[in-house]
Amino acid sequence: MIPLGNYLLVSAVLFGIGTAGVFMRRNLITVLLSIEIMLNAVNLTFVAFGRQIGTVDGQIIVAFVMTVAAAEAAVGLALVVALFRHRESLNPDGFTSLRW
Amino acid sequence: MGEWLLFYAFSLVAILASALVIGQRNPMYSVLLLVASFGASAGLYVQLDAPFVAVTQIIVYAGAVMVLFLYVVMLLNQPREDASEWDRTHPLRRPGLARLGAILAALLVVELGWALVRSGTLGAFTGDTSSLASVRTIGQVMFSDYVFAFEATSVLILAALVGGVYLAHREGSR
Repeated sequence: MIPLGNYLLVSAVLFGIGTAGVFMRRNLITVLLSIEIMLNAVNLTFVAFGRQIGTVDGQIIVAFVMTVAAAEAAVGLALVVALFRHRESLNPDGFTSLRW
Repeated sequence: MGEWLLFYAFSLVAILASALVIGQRNPMYSVLLLVASFGASAGLYVQLDAPFVAVTQIIVYAGAVMVLFLYVVMLLNQPREDASEWDRTHPLRRPGLARLGAILAALLVVELGWALVRSGTLGAFTGDTSSLASVRTIGQVMFSDYVFAFEATSVLILAALVGGVYLAHREGSR
């Protein structure tokens, strides 16, 4: 059996990659993809800890996280499409004003 | 031995694909690489005695959510990131502050790794894990202990549905 720490380390690296993506990239779609990477890293932590304590609670939380991620992707992509219609751009730094 | 090889292979694919998702410029390749990363994560879930989560990951994430992303990428048809003007003008792009986000993310990884090292080594779970893998157990717990969260999730999905339709609705077409 592989110790818990290895899974947590993989999860930490994945979460760091997602964080870097959110900070560094200037394409709204890639920022959303980075958020998905971070959610996936958290899912890995939940499953690893759930196995460690010997219950299925971790797996059930993961099912809820996946639902929230799907809802977030739907709303986020609808926002991206609406913003793109206004500005013909996907650069989040271009959307600094509340009205135009 | 075999499980370690599989663990390293899945972890390497997941981390490399995720790094490439944010490391290259074409959003189409980013989405496809993220599908590869999710597939490798599904392999890790199988190793963690969670085949239900692995299958859900493939069907819901790689199958549904990523296809949604792929549709939007193809719909918007913006293969390049228009960052050149921002690169020149934004104050954060001065040399001292350049790649601030990368530094912050690296700090986060260092901090998480430090916390892991300081927390001591936790051995692998050695008890009986056969009940964890069964969908029957998951269903029993989900529809007894977590039934309120389950019902609340349905409201969330309805809200996301209405919000998505409203936001993507074209102004003049009603």
